[in-house]
Amino acid sequence: MLHEIIIAGFGGQGVMSMGQLIAYSGMLEDKHVSWLPSYGPEQRGGTANASVIVSDEPVGSPVISRPTAAIVLNKPSFEKFEPMIRPGGVLIVNSSLIDSKSIRDDITIIEVPASELANELGESRVANSIILGVFIALTKAVSEESVIESLKKVLPERRHNLIPVNQAALEKGAELVVQ
Amino acid sequence: MGKVLMKGNEVIAEAAVHAGCKYLFSYPITPQSELVAYMAKRLPEVGGLFLQAESEVAAINMVYGAASAGVRVMTSSSSPGVSLKQEGISYLVGSELPAVVVNIMRGGPGLGSIQPAQSDYFQATKGGGHGDYQIPVYAPATLQEIVDLMRDAFNLADRYRTPVYILGDGMLGQMMEPVEFKEVVNEELPPKDWATTATRGDGGPKLTNSLFLDPAELEEHNNHLQAKYAKIKEAEVRYESYLLDDADYVIVAYGTVSRIAKNAIKEARNQGIKVGMIRPITLWPFPEQPFIETRDRVKGYLTVEMSAGQMVEDVRLAVEGRKPVFFYGRTGGMVPGQEEILEKIIEMAGGEQ
Amino acid sequence: MELVFEKTKGLRDKTTHYCPGCTHGIIHRLVAEVMEEMGILEDTVGVASVGCSVLSYEYFNCDMTQAAHGRAPAVATGLKRVLPEGRFVFTYQGDGDLASIGTAEIVHAAARGENITVIFVNNAIYGMTGGQMAPTSLLGQKTATSPFGRDAGLQGSPIRISEMLATLDGAAYITRVSSHDVPNIIKAKKAIRKAFETQKKGLGFSLVEILSTCPTNWGLDPLESLHWVRDNMVPVFQLGVYKDVEEGK
Repeated sequence: MLHEIIIAGFGGQGVMSMGQLIAYSGMLEDKHVSWLPSYGPEQRGGTANASVIVSDEPVGSPVISRPTAAIVLNKPSFEKFEPMIRPGGVLIVNSSLIDSKSIRDDITIIEVPASELANELGESRVANSIILGVFIALTKAVSEESVIESLKKVLPERRHNLIPVNQAALEKGAELVVQ
Repeated sequence: MGKVLMKGNEVIAEAAVHAGCKYLFSYPITPQSELVAYMAKRLPEVGGLFLQAESEVAAINMVYGAASAGVRVMTSSSSPGVSLKQEGISYLVGSELPAVVVNIMRGGPGLGSIQPAQSDYFQATKGGGHGDYQIPVYAPATLQEIVDLMRDAFNLADRYRTPVYILGDGMLGQMMEPVEFKEVVNEELPPKDWATTATRGDGGPKLTNSLFLDPAELEEHNNHLQAKYAKIKEAEVRYESYLLDDADYVIVAYGTVSRIAKNAIKEARNQGIKVGMIRPITLWPFPEQPFIETRDRVKGYLTVEMSAGQMVEDVRLAVEGRKPVFFYGRTGGMVPGQEEILEKIIEMAGGEQ
Repeated sequence: MELVFEKTKGLRDKTTHYCPGCTHGIIHRLVAEVMEEMGILEDTVGVASVGCSVLSYEYFNCDMTQAAHGRAPAVATGLKRVLPEGRFVFTYQGDGDLASIGTAEIVHAAARGENITVIFVNNAIYGMTGGQMAPTSLLGQKTATSPFGRDAGLQGSPIRISEMLATLDGAAYITRVSSHDVPNIIKAKKAIRKAFETQKKGLGFSLVEILSTCPTNWGLDPLESLHWVRDNMVPVFQLGVYKDVEEGK
């Protein structure tokens, strides 16, 4: 089992934290993980991405050249990473923010209107959790339980009140995959 | 304490604390800034101190003062900042003061970029500052390896009274991996009876100094340093051999590049090319032995670096012209991809198998 | 026979390399006497700098370390910050070292209020390298590198370190004294004592700037040199206390 995941979007959109959450969850499941950020002046705005590897074997290169999955949260990231995905891989697009369509027929493409769905849950900040729910339901890279467990560790105590709504968001994402 | 997911820069910091380092004098620079921020919080918890110096020049000289007082001390920076430290590093060598210097390399020359590079290999392994000297250089490839090497670096520094480099690239500093800090009983080290801690209770005045105006005395001092380097070469070389036993071709790479190369090697083996790897863990002293052992039976070597070709010179010296030594490098912060490395392997092996 | 004078224990039995008429020897003795009188010789680490006073590590009878050019305040910071309580750290620096190549280090040591004592010997010229212009050379002063006299338009004007550092909040005691005659030498010793006392009380950064001579490179005899300090340097580098937190100054 080897998942090579790229999460990309504008700086400040939460791509780094989403990547860390996946890596953390993988670690809790005793898998081998790595997380590598693009780094630079794009801490706010600009395009940033995180490369996350979850594997049964020790991680070789932390650099991903052919991702098994890409989660793209803005248009430049769509254009950059859509062609790189390995055949048989997964592309998750935040369609609330991206109007581009992939014409590839050798990968699974899921468009998630994450902002609208988050608003349905009454919490616009959980858009990424909905996308994460889609990702884990589709790839089984890590389990929902591990993500919740990781949230408990990553979030400061005073933010633990947000865990239930995040869990609801993960499940909402998972439902999309079932449909 | 189990595994924790940490950033490379933070791992360096925490590993230093575990190795008994209580003092860090540094100046902020990307991509190692998390290291100083971590230490600013962490060191007071262990009764130590982080002091943000006014410059890298000042930082290395604060290290000189603290090392002279006999404590475990470290400075950290990235390429342009490490250039500024060269003067102080030469003085540390001359005065035989132990310290650890971390360089999380970025692209150069000049202000260059903030993306990962390995272009300070020459600076680290061939002196860097003025004078005849060598500095032991550790080049970890994983975050867990950092944990182990930091302690070794401080021990080696104390044992031989020398500065020691930890050389990583920006990726190593920025990436996260799970690491485990195991409690280790530290080895016994010689007492620092040379330290200038003021003389109360310890006999006569002591001096830490690199000035020897009498040429005969300075030559003697140099001979002493060279004898020390000979001992280090004898006892402290480290490297990893990977799939060398049946290898026809050998990749030579260090740090994160070696990890990318490993992926390429696996793929090459899938395609029927028998490739192995020599990964120097100490860049100085450079591991010559694995080359001596392989150079008469393999067909060629390929050195892969994030530089225009620096370590490849040491590889050629070790191979002594007996086999071709190829080079593939990317510069400026560009990272060689595993496909590119694979292509070079195929090329070296004379095309598709 | 009654013993009426004894060499200070603060200096070692070693002949110095200083030129005849140079007041480094006097200043060494003042610092050494102060350390001996305060009983801190065994509690002190000195930092030698680069320039004529580089070999001061051979003369002071306490632990010494030798710093790179201009970096003594950074080295002293490293020492002071890691040594146990009750240890004293001083630097002994000339004008080229402190006021030219080492300006960043001295300014920031003062700004941080490093609890160290700086002995700053200002003789308006580079001595060891052979009489080149210093940051403190006077306007019109002829040196090896200002052969037509220092010209403000070409080389700038002399830097007044004490005045400059006194503006910093971290500075606790800053004074300028001179070594050109006995009354001033006595004042200089009092200033050095006060600087070490400032460190003892933990008040912060202390610096004593001492105007000094360089007969060799000035091309004057020892007596003329003392007069040159009085007549030419003192008007530019006025003596006095520039900062004294204890006196609310």
